[in-house]
Amino acid sequence: MATPSAYAGTADHAHDHHDDHKLGFVQRWLFSTNHKDIGTLYLIFAIIAGTIGGAISGIMRLELAQPGIQYLTFFTQGNLDASYHLWNVFITAHGLIMVFFTVMPAMIGGFGNWFVPIMIGAPDMAFPRMNNVSFWLLVPSFALLCGSMFVEGPAGFNGAGTGWTVYPPLSTSGHPGPAVDMAILSLHIAGASSILGAINFITTILNMRAPGMTLHKMPLFVWSVLVTAFLLLLSLPVLAGAITMLLTDRNFGTHFFTADGGGDPVLYQHLFWFFGHPEVYILILPGFGMVSQIISTFSKKPVFGYLGMAYAMVAIGFIGFLVWAHHMFTAGLDVNTKMYFTAATMIIAVPTGIKIFSWIATMWGGSLSFPTPMLWAIGFIFMFTVGGVTGVILANAGVDTYFHDTYYVVAHFHYVLSLGAVFAIFAGFYYWFGKMTGKPYNEFLGKLHFWVFFVGVNVMFFPMHFLGQDGMPRRIPDYPAQFAQYNQIASYGYAIMAVGMLIFFVNLAVSMLGKRRVEGNYWGEGATTLEWTLSSPPPFHQFETLPVIK
Amino acid sequence: MMRNFQRLLLPFLIALAPLPALAQVDAPAAAPVVAVPTADVPTAGPSYVPAEAGFGQPRGSYDLQVPVTPIAREAQAMANNVLNPLMAATAIFVLILLIWTVFRFRASANPVASKTSHNTVVEVVWTVVPVLILVWIAVPSFRLLANQYSPPKADLTIKATGHQWYWEYEYPDQGGFSFDAVMLTKAEAEQRKSPDLLDTDNRIVVPVGAVVKVLTTSADVIHSFAVPSFWVKMDAVPGRVNETWFKVERPGVYFGQCSELCGTKHAFMPIAVEAVPQERFAAWVAAKQAENGITPPGVQPAASGQRPPQIGVAPMPAAPGVTPSTTPEPPKPTPVAAAGAVTPAA
Repeated sequence: MATPSAYAGTADHAHDHHDDHKLGFVQRWLFSTNHKDIGTLYLIFAIIAGTIGGAISGIMRLELAQPGIQYLTFFTQGNLDASYHLWNVFITAHGLIMVFFTVMPAMIGGFGNWFVPIMIGAPDMAFPRMNNVSFWLLVPSFALLCGSMFVEGPAGFNGAGTGWTVYPPLSTSGHPGPAVDMAILSLHIAGASSILGAINFITTILNMRAPGMTLHKMPLFVWSVLVTAFLLLLSLPVLAGAITMLLTDRNFGTHFFTADGGGDPVLYQHLFWFFGHPEVYILILPGFGMVSQIISTFSKKPVFGYLGMAYAMVAIGFIGFLVWAHHMFTAGLDVNTKMYFTAATMIIAVPTGIKIFSWIATMWGGSLSFPTPMLWAIGFIFMFTVGGVTGVILANAGVDTYFHDTYYVVAHFHYVLSLGAVFAIFAGFYYWFGKMTGKPYNEFLGKLHFWVFFVGVNVMFFPMHFLGQDGMPRRIPDYPAQFAQYNQIASYGYAIMAVGMLIFFVNLAVSMLGKRRVEGNYWGEGATTLEWTLSSPPPFHQFETLPVIK
Repeated sequence: MMRNFQRLLLPFLIALAPLPALAQVDAPAAAPVVAVPTADVPTAGPSYVPAEAGFGQPRGSYDLQVPVTPIAREAQAMANNVLNPLMAATAIFVLILLIWTVFRFRASANPVASKTSHNTVVEVVWTVVPVLILVWIAVPSFRLLANQYSPPKADLTIKATGHQWYWEYEYPDQGGFSFDAVMLTKAEAEQRKSPDLLDTDNRIVVPVGAVVKVLTTSADVIHSFAVPSFWVKMDAVPGRVNETWFKVERPGVYFGQCSELCGTKHAFMPIAVEAVPQERFAAWVAAKQAENGITPPGVQPAASGQRPPQIGVAPMPAAPGVTPSTTPEPPKPTPVAAAGAVTPAA
C-alpha cells in the first residue's frame, strides 16, 4: 500500500490558499478547472438528482402501497390510461436518473475527481478543462431527460415510458412523439460526458502518479476508478452506437431494429446489455474502492490481500464484458448460449467472493472503531453479499425463466445498488466530509441516518424477493390482490428510508453551518493515503512539490 | 419445511380441489352468459374450470407458485433445495463472520492491530471453495436447462401473438382458428370468481398431460408470455417466432402476466391457461371450429382425437375430480352457446 514518506510538502500549504486565488463565483464554479471544485459540483449535482429520483420512487411506492390506482391519477386529471403511462415514465426516469445522474456522478465525478489526483500525489487531473466539460455536459443532459417527461411520447401521452433499457420497438414505433428523442439525446450527452471523464481518469492515473507511486502501490480506490474508467471507455461507445441506431430508426427510416425492414429488435438488446452489464459494475466498482479504504482505516490495518483485491476488480471488469446476455435469458436465446452465459455469470461470484472475504480479513485482527463511515462500509459488505447471492441464483438460466422480469430481480439489483452502491457513497461521504469541507459532520446524526436508512431499505427491498417468488412482474402500476401484503410492507420501508434521508439533510445543514474545524488527518493512524497528509480542506492547489512515495 | 409440507399435501389437494371446483361449473358458466349483453367483452368458452386459490396464481406467500409441470417441479427443486439453502447459508456465514469480527476485534477488546496483510492458504481457500460450490451448482443447473430445451414430441401447438394490450391465440393444427384474450374487468372477474387482473375473457385451453408447444411472436412491440406455475416465460418478439413448451399435470386454470414492458397497459394483458381432460378439450375444439366455420379435416377424431397417447396421460388423481364434471356433460353445449353469442369477437 502507498504509504507517504515523511515529506515536507504540506508545510508549504499550511496557509489558506483560497485567499491567493481570488476567483469570482462564475470563474470558480462555472469555468472551474480545479478537480476539487468540479468534484464538489458533481456531488451537489448527484444530491439534487438523487433527490428527484428518490422522490419519483416515493410516488411509485405510494401507488404500490395498495392494489388499484390511487395516486397516479392525481397527475393526470383522473385519466387512467394516462396514469398507466405515467407509471412507465416514472420507472424510466427513476432508473436513468439513479444510474446516470446520481450514482455515476457521485462516485466517479464526485469522489473520483476529489480524491484520485490527491491519492496518487498529482496536483490536478490531466485535462482540467475537459474535466469541466464533463461536468457541464451533465447539466443539459439531465435537463433533457427531465424535459422529456413533458413532451409527447406515445400518441396522446407525455414522456418516455420505455424503461431505462429503451427497448425497441416500444421506443421506436411505440413512442412516435419526441420524448424518446430527447431521452436518447440526453443519454448521448451523458455518455459523452462519461467518456471524456474516463479518458481524463485513465490519463491522470497512468501519467501523473507521484514519484514512487507504482501501480501496485496505488490505493485501491484509485485502482477501482482506473478499472471503472476502462469499463466506461469500452462500453459507452457501444451504447452510443445502439441509441444512434434507435435515433435513425425513429427519424431517418433505417431498420436496424425493425423486423419488417429486415432488422432485429433483439440486436438492440445485445448492444444495450453489452454496455449495460459493464455499466452495473461501473456503478459498484468505485464503491468497492471506497469501502476498501474505509475498512482499512478503521481497522488500523493495511488492506488484506492488496494485489488480490486489485486484480479481483480487474477480473470483475473483464468478465463483466462477457456476461451481457444473462439479461436476455427469455429473449429466445438457444440452449448452448444460455449455458455459456450461465457459467460465465457464475464465475463473477469468485472475484466478488475474494473481495468480500478480504474485507473481513482486513478487519480480522484489527483494532476496530465504528464511526459513521465504518457502519456504512460494514453495512455495504453484508448488503452487497445478499445482493450477490441472489445474483448467483438469477445466473442460472433455467431458474431465471421464473424470476426474469419479476420483483426478485428488482430486489436483487436494489440490494447491490440501493444498498450496495448507495451505502458506499454514504460511507465515502461521511469518511471524506471533513476532508472536503474542513468541518466535522455530526456523529450522532450520521449514525442515526445509517440505522434508520438501513432498516428502511431492508424493509423496503427484502419483501420484494417474496413478491418475485410469488410471481409479481416488474414495471406494473397495479397488481393482483395477492401481492398486496408485501407491497404494503415495502412501502412502509420507503417511508422509514425517507426519514433516514431527512436526517441526512439535517446533518448536512447542521454540519455545514457549524463553526468547528477538523485537522488534516482526523481519522488518526489508520488513515494512510495521501489526502490525509494535507490540510482539511486541502489547499486550492496541492502538491506543487510532488510527494515522494517510498 | 413449509414447502415439503405442501409437497406432501399436493396429491390430496389435486385429488380434492377439482371436485368442489368443478362442481360449481354451472354457476360461472351461467354468469358470463348473463354478462354478455351488457359487456362488449366476449365470453366465449366460459371457464370449464374455475380458478382455485393456491394453484396457478400468486398465493400471497413468500414461496414460489405451486409447480404443475415436470420442468417446473425440477426447477423448483433446484431453486428450493439447492440454490436457496446454499445462498442463504453463504449470506448467513458472511453475516456471522462479520458480527464475530466486529465483536472480537473491537478497539476496546483488541487495542493493538495486527499487521497481517497476507495469508496465501486462506486466499487460495476462499478462491477454490467458491469455485467448487459453483461447479456443484452448475451440474443440476445445466441439466435443468438441457431438459427445458429437450421437449418431447408436441401433441398440440399454440401460437401466441402479443398485441398492445392483449394476447391472440391460434391453434394451427385444429384448423387454425384463433381468438383474442382480453383481460376481464373487475366486475367480470368477480362474476367468474377469478383473481383480479389475471383472468381473460377467452382462455387458452389445453388437454391435461399433453405436451403443448407454444410459439410466441408479436404484432407490435415486445411482450413476454409467462405462466409462473409452468416455469414458462418466453418473449414475444416481432419478426421472430420463439418456442417454448409445457405439459400440465393436473387440471385447473393457470395464470400469468405479460413480463416485458410493452407500453401503457403492460400490467393488464394477463395469460390464462385452462387445462382440461382430453374429451373436454375435443369438445372445446369442436365448438371453436363450428364457431369459426372450420370443417374438421376428415371427421372429428382427426381434429383432436388423433393423439392416442393422451388418453392414458391424465392418470393423476385428477381423474376422480374430473368425472363428476364430465357426467353433467351439458358444459359442452354451454360453451357453444356462449361462443355463438360471441361471434362478433371473431
